[in-house]
Amino acid sequence: MKRRLSWVNATSLTLGFAFLYLPILLLVVYSFNASQLVTVWGGFSTRWYGALFRNEALLEAAWVTIRIAFLTALVATVLGTLAAIALVRNGRFAGRTLFTGLVYAPMVMPEVITGLALLLLFVSIGMDRGFWTVTLAHVTFTMCFVTVVVQSRLVAFDRSLEEAALDLGATPLSAFLTVTLPLIAPAVAAGFLLAFTLSLDDLVIASFTSGPGATTLPMRIYSQVRLGVTPEINAASTLLIGFVTAGVVAAALLTKRAA
Amino acid sequence: MNARVQPARPAIGAVRRAFAPWNDPQAKPLIRFENVTKRFGPTVAVDDLSLDIFEREFFCLLGPSGCGKSTLMRLLAGFEQPTAGRVILGGADLAGVPPYRRPVNMMFQSYALFPHMSVAKNVAYGLKQESLPRGEIERRVQEMLQLVQLEALANRRPDQLSGGQRQRVALARSLAKQPKVLLLDEPLAALDKKLREETQFELMDIQQRLGTTFLVVTHDQEEAMTMADRIAVMDRGRLAQVATPGDLYEQPQTRFVAEFVGDINLLEGRVAGGEGGFWQITSPLAPAPLTVHDPDEALETGQAVAVAVRPEKMTISRDKPAAGGNAIEGEVWDIGYLGDWTVYRVKLGDGAILRVSRANASRFVEQPIDWEERVHLGFAPDAAIILTR
Repeated sequence: MKRRLSWVNATSLTLGFAFLYLPILLLVVYSFNASQLVTVWGGFSTRWYGALFRNEALLEAAWVTIRIAFLTALVATVLGTLAAIALVRNGRFAGRTLFTGLVYAPMVMPEVITGLALLLLFVSIGMDRGFWTVTLAHVTFTMCFVTVVVQSRLVAFDRSLEEAALDLGATPLSAFLTVTLPLIAPAVAAGFLLAFTLSLDDLVIASFTSGPGATTLPMRIYSQVRLGVTPEINAASTLLIGFVTAGVVAAALLTKRAA
Repeated sequence: MNARVQPARPAIGAVRRAFAPWNDPQAKPLIRFENVTKRFGPTVAVDDLSLDIFEREFFCLLGPSGCGKSTLMRLLAGFEQPTAGRVILGGADLAGVPPYRRPVNMMFQSYALFPHMSVAKNVAYGLKQESLPRGEIERRVQEMLQLVQLEALANRRPDQLSGGQRQRVALARSLAKQPKVLLLDEPLAALDKKLREETQFELMDIQQRLGTTFLVVTHDQEEAMTMADRIAVMDRGRLAQVATPGDLYEQPQTRFVAEFVGDINLLEGRVAGGEGGFWQITSPLAPAPLTVHDPDEALETGQAVAVAVRPEKMTISRDKPAAGGNAIEGEVWDIGYLGDWTVYRVKLGDGAILRVSRANASRFVEQPIDWEERVHLGFAPDAAIILTR
């Protein structure tokens, strides 16, 4: 049954979406602007994308970001999946509620605080800030998202499948690898993509925990914008938005298929 | 020999069994539960239970839900550890042996087929864990699929199969490793009635051919009666009675067993006296003392007992039976016509209802008994037994 939207609903929907996406749309449109001036439309051109790929500093930042995001997603997926299994499988072990709370806390913790706390930690243990500290920091705050996604899949998982594998002679590890993991794989993959995109577009935590030689793309964009917005940045941002959107959509599709 | 069976007396039940290792004091049990207790927090699922099961036996654990029968099976599979007592298989204590090292396999109630594997891969799963050579695995899988007649569906996924086919895959998978004991958890519960009956006989046939010991958990007494060599009736974590289907039906030892297995009429009363195995029981439901032939009981005068009679072992008629026989008078309250049987529910003077069933051996009945008629119920002294517990 199709129902037509009333004009009130249509208007509020339009306004809502405009509010959310007009700035981004404007940015995307101006990334194809031929003019040097950001606010004056000078015709369609892809010259800034060309300039972008000749901008060594931006390219290097992008490469660092991708490496960090990939490593982060990998580690966060393993840790997050293990945490999800512990939470779902071990029933009511002592301190389960506390543990659940602790796992989810980074989701709602202000990024500034997470960043500052991590900075203090790295300084106090004398760890040089750079690529590894950013990666560690990103693992910390993306892990809980993996846990949430994998946990929802595990709750619906039929425990007797694992018991059947054990009964047929599989060790607990082999039962996990041959039965459980293939069946929760969509959720694990969704968690991976989520962690990847979260790491990709993080600015605040990276700013706190980064050091020389480990400038991420969002950090680079932010510092360039302070010197004035160039159409080149618009182009870089458009590409970033593309990546993140693709990641989030893929994660959502995988989660939906898994459910 | 079973003390109950006396040579002068005809056999109990309609089936004669040559296979009866449980009557042989020399026979060593394959499975032995020794004073096993299993607690889940404050709940006692299995309560100080001892039970022997013999090789090649088709054994059923029967009981209402929550009686502990599934827990007992999971203790044997290794998914639960006993709180106290020992589970022994083939002479070896299973304490501390994980499920994947026990020579038993289980067919799960939900079948627990791996949804991401084909039928053949499902059946091969257990064999692969033993790292057998590939040719050997393929041969065994073929053999198993033949056994359950599913060769044509080897490459299907579980979600492309019907309920009955899934049940067969689960059976083939659990038999592939040639376990010493096959555990079946409500194996037929998910099938419809016709298919269930067919599959019962198929399971018996497969068990006969392979000689594997089968331990079946079920709440369906008809299923247990059909398939099992022996049945253990469980009630709140304890064994109420362990016996062949015939003994269980014709010689139940407690009210619980009598009422759980089949239909039965219980007439509460007191012992008035007895001689030579014939007991006189006075009951407020009967005008004269009832005579019951139950030579195995040792009763005292005045003891409270129940006279138990199965519906099909009672007679119903308009005419008063000859003097001296057991007779109870009542009014026909309900008649259920089932085709093969007709069941009469007869209301007695004090409101109690007795059930009498009659086989419809003929298509025509002259003057059938009608609703609200006064009738006389009777039963032979041998048709009833006395229950003290």
